Amino acid sequence: MKPVLLVDFGSTYTKTVLADVDEGRLLGTASSFTTVQSDINEGLAHACAKLKQQTGIGEYAETYACSSAAGGLKMTAAGLVPELTVQAAKEASLGAGAKVMKTYSYQLTKSDIREIDKLCPDIILLTGGTDGGNKENILHNARSLSQLEKDIPIVIAGNRCCMDECEEILDGRQVFPCENVMPVLGKLNILPAQKIIRELFLKKIVEGKGLTKAMELVSGIIMPTPSAILEAMQLLAGGHGGEPGIGELMGIDLGGATTDVYSIAWGKPASAKTVYKGLEEPYAKRTVEGDIGMRYSLRGILEAAGTARIASEAGLTQERTEEMLSYLEEHKDLVPADEEFLRLDDALAAAAVETASIRHAGTVEQVYTPMGETYVQSGKDLRDVKNIVATGGALIHSEHVDRICSYAMGKAGSPHSLRPKQARIWVDRKYILAAMGLLSRKYPDTALGIMKREISYYGD
Amino acid sequence: MDKKKLVIGVIGSDVHAVGNKILFHAFTAAGFEVINLGVMVSQEEYIAAAIETGADAIVVSSLYGHGELDCRGLRDKCDEAGLAGILLYVGGNIVVGKQPFEEVKKRFHAMGFDRVFGPGTPPETTIDALKEDLGVME
Repeated sequence: MKPVLLVDFGSTYTKTVLADVDEGRLLGTASSFTTVQSDINEGLAHACAKLKQQTGIGEYAETYACSSAAGGLKMTAAGLVPELTVQAAKEASLGAGAKVMKTYSYQLTKSDIREIDKLCPDIILLTGGTDGGNKENILHNARSLSQLEKDIPIVIAGNRCCMDECEEILDGRQVFPCENVMPVLGKLNILPAQKIIRELFLKKIVEGKGLTKAMELVSGIIMPTPSAILEAMQLLAGGHGGEPGIGELMGIDLGGATTDVYSIAWGKPASAKTVYKGLEEPYAKRTVEGDIGMRYSLRGILEAAGTARIASEAGLTQERTEEMLSYLEEHKDLVPADEEFLRLDDALAAAAVETASIRHAGTVEQVYTPMGETYVQSGKDLRDVKNIVATGGALIHSEHVDRICSYAMGKAGSPHSLRPKQARIWVDRKYILAAMGLLSRKYPDTALGIMKREISYYGD
Repeated sequence: MDKKKLVIGVIGSDVHAVGNKILFHAFTAAGFEVINLGVMVSQEEYIAAAIETGADAIVVSSLYGHGELDCRGLRDKCDEAGLAGILLYVGGNIVVGKQPFEEVKKRFHAMGFDRVFGPGTPPETTIDALKEDLGVME
């Protein structure tokens, strides 16, 4: 037996998973509540004690960790045109597991610089121009960033012809040059930037997040939790070696403050009659809805869906719904037990899933031309995706996870949204996705085997 | 010397792809760096592409007769977007029906296009014009 401990440091919970990589099986899972940052090691000790009780194992061959503690990895990104390099920079940051606090297009102003100083991101991503393209903007922005008061690491992934000059302008700061996020118009190249962002997270950021002590326990990888989840989903979809995955998928992580949606799918236009517009989409895509969440971001759900709809779906009167919502806003840690609150939570979750999945998926528009009708697609076409993977407390603990997740599927009422038409719902019941993403770095076969066994589809 | 950069595409709801492909190959063979946006290109797409790539010229094609409507305001938007003075060409079947080409040309010049080419213009003509306007030495 070779037990490997996988730790997910969250802002409120430290979650641990113990796997045996010799036998390729899950040994146990445990979590512990952590109240303040400094207690992060205490939380880990608690969780490990619980694991020992469960499994009798207290020593580990290897330990790996991911973290979203202390706000996770916070970034700002700057580019040139909003729908081109700014979008590419955003995709790069989100895919690296970051929380994108703000994006800036065109030239950074003095007040933008003051704002960045105030936001104090962990990393700034500076992009702009295709290779050999626009130079002025990124050079201007490098000069602006040289005026920052705070010493924030800057990853430069813009027009390669300006790289030397940008480095000179930012001399004396922590600068990390890398390949352009959009070297050719419309082509995404975000993996090199993501690699540097993750390395930076490991080297510099972790120190600042009270994780240094925990680091001593950890043998290697530390990455942002969303990035671990994204890796797990890629493995689950695509398989490894001779072992097949479950195929293209959409993943939904419904949380208290945000809702993350993932898709592991190419999503190219399905027919020759469809013209694709806009920036290319990444195969492994992550979007974060900062205004959609079950507790802290309740209002965003209501703005998107309307209180009337939530009330009718929960089978409550509007007055009663308002009352309960106000109560929820004051009691953010409420885990519903009574019938009414359970129904309300299900209705909120359904609306959150619907809104977040619509924002993630691409759209298609019918256009009449003198040559007949054509279709214009932007974003990913996920209609043929056959799997939806549900994770996050609000989903995995709900009795009606299948009904809630069905709201991620395209319906007759929204023909323009390219969401899955008919998909099987998989549930990450033991909350192991992030841990399996960590494990997959060194033991992909084991991670895949465990996921295929433990992540069951609804009804199993 | 760096290659001169052209953004090309077929404007509006026009899906005529063949001429677009021919122009792409002809311009590339003539020594230009060509950013081809394909068919059904909006004014905003030409502009975004030209900004990001630092293009020297935008070459608009139109074959389905609605070019005049589609092209209106493109120069103004370029000016607004910081592309003041960028070379703008248009060519193809750019108006409805058969109209005297001199008049058509006048109208498109007034809309801010530097050069206007009628139906059946060989790519070489446009290439010569581009070289002249962009100061490309043979």
